[in-house]
Amino acid sequence: MSSKPPIISIEGVTKRFGDHAAVDDVSLTINEGEFFALLGPSGCGKTTLLRMLAGFETPTEGTIRIDGKDTDGVPPNRRPVNMVFQSYAVFPHMSVADNVAYGLKIDGVAKAERDRRVEEALALVQLEGFGGRMPDQMSGGQRQRVALARALAKRPRVLLLDEPLSALDAKLREAMRFELASLQHKVGITFVMVTHDQDEALALATRCAVMERGRLIQLATPSDLYEFPNSRFVADFIGTVNMVEGTLKTDNPTEAIIATKELGDVYIDHAVLGNEGATLYLALRPEKISLFRRDGVVPPKLEDCPEGYNVVAGVIDHIAYLGSESVFKVILTNGRQMLVIRPNLTRWDQEDFVEEQPVWLSWHACAPAVLAG
Amino acid sequence: MSRPADDDGVLAAEIADAQLGPAEVSAAVATARPRRNSAGPLDYLQRWPLRLWLVIVGLFLYVPLITLMAFSFNDSKRNIVWRGFTTDWYVKALTDSSLLEAFGNSLSIAALSTIVSVILGALAAVALWRFDFRGKAAFEGAMAMPIVIPEICMGVAMLVFFARIMPWPQDLIWPFNLGPIVIAHISFSFPFVAVVVRARLASFDRSQEEAARDLGATDAQAFRDVLIPHLKPSLIAGALLAFTLSLDDFVITFFTAGPDTITFPVKVYSMVRFSVTPEVNAASTLLIVLTVLLTVVALRFQNPKEVAGA
Repeated sequence: MSSKPPIISIEGVTKRFGDHAAVDDVSLTINEGEFFALLGPSGCGKTTLLRMLAGFETPTEGTIRIDGKDTDGVPPNRRPVNMVFQSYAVFPHMSVADNVAYGLKIDGVAKAERDRRVEEALALVQLEGFGGRMPDQMSGGQRQRVALARALAKRPRVLLLDEPLSALDAKLREAMRFELASLQHKVGITFVMVTHDQDEALALATRCAVMERGRLIQLATPSDLYEFPNSRFVADFIGTVNMVEGTLKTDNPTEAIIATKELGDVYIDHAVLGNEGATLYLALRPEKISLFRRDGVVPPKLEDCPEGYNVVAGVIDHIAYLGSESVFKVILTNGRQMLVIRPNLTRWDQEDFVEEQPVWLSWHACAPAVLAG
Repeated sequence: MSRPADDDGVLAAEIADAQLGPAEVSAAVATARPRRNSAGPLDYLQRWPLRLWLVIVGLFLYVPLITLMAFSFNDSKRNIVWRGFTTDWYVKALTDSSLLEAFGNSLSIAALSTIVSVILGALAAVALWRFDFRGKAAFEGAMAMPIVIPEICMGVAMLVFFARIMPWPQDLIWPFNLGPIVIAHISFSFPFVAVVVRARLASFDRSQEEAARDLGATDAQAFRDVLIPHLKPSLIAGALLAFTLSLDDFVITFFTAGPDTITFPVKVYSMVRFSVTPEVNAASTLLIVLTVLLTVVALRFQNPKEVAGA
């Protein structure tokens, strides 16, 4: 982290619409050069927060500083940020070049300089030579590039992106994802993106803020969000998870045992630091569970887990073959359903298991995330 | 002023009705142009019974107009028997100074009331679309009143208003002598503009305006650079509507016109009270040609794609 002051600092910001708090006491800082994602389900307040950064909404309480300056009362046209809208909002009656030049024209940039910067911005999004086209002659992906070029031409300190990839089809979305990342590298400015798509956030962001019902739940790097969620909400929202309720049975500095109804006693190879008897939740990712044939009655012996722990018996109910991996729905003997993901590392892996086959499920003692609430 | 009632009154009313036709049809074309090449629901139009029906409807709409135009070339003082081709009636109509003066008045009134109606109507539509305020529903209802109340009531109301509440001085110079008529025409045409503009506003993406603000535009600049271009087709359609409504209005004009200001429809009415000469036909034909030309020009002026959206 640099020692420079943060480019954006949000301090105790609340936004109320009537009685409803769309954003509820959120504080966070965004550093220069970050690719920051605001992530959450629809209606969680992430878009409202972004619109407050742009100046289209004003906080009911709290302060937003951009580049060290309080933004209170500063209208959208006088902020050093530019936004790419979800609908792109490309002006349909202006050519691509006029769209990109619009902000510069308003700022009174001289014609020669303006033309040069329009060319530069169009080159940045790989739309050289498209300046004379009208927006209705362009595809959705191209229109988005126009919106990007238009915002970047103003050379903002921060680029705001509202659900930038949601309107694109799956293939294009993936390609655009890489392009956005490389674009941010090239221009080197701070990007703040709003998304409800966790894949998008994980793939692009340096840090993500997960929001729910107006509150900031967790602020972490993508891998920390996935591997070390701080709540059931985050564990559930990011990726897929098998969530199991249990109580703390033993808690030592080096190991813990959590008693669960559905998986029996679960062995953890680190301290949990909780009161014995406290209700805890285990978040177990599907890909962290290994699958073994249960032809005999001998459970698999892994060095990773003590014998008898972290092994449960079940029957494969359904297999979803997805090419790169297979998703197994396994029903345990006590009726609990577990999801297991197994990568297809060779071209014959998918033949290892069939539906209705008895299997053992096993996982490493450090695999589950232990959550208090 | 009382409504003159004589034997020719019914016939005059019919002719006035026939003149309402083309202007309003053309205005309707400007606002709702059907999409071409759209198969499916309209496929049944390919079958002959419906085609026949279309032909009958077409005849019903256009035969009176064609008759009117044809008899403007009739070499006879009456409109009943065809006596041969002549353009004399056009010469007569175009040299009739009182007819020309009426026509000039009509054009001036239409132009003035159109300009004001478009501005007022567009602003009213934008206000209703953008803002929530107390009494919005009442305001909306009140604005639609001139569309729904009978024209004759509006005419009488205007007569009373200009007689008692706001007497308009006589003998003013042009264009101030047209004041009462222009005001009356604005009051019934601007709601039509507002309706058309409001329909167009429904398809406006607010984020475009926000994008303009975000790029540095002030509210006024965003309005000028983004909203107005989006509204352009509806402003043209609204202007066309207001212009044609004003040009061929008879009832309200009849009640608000002073003794020395006469408009084209009122002049035609007074001419047919004596006899329906082909001169009336010729003048009417010129008016029809003018409105059709205006429509064509307006349609050309608009982007064809935007017309479909308007």
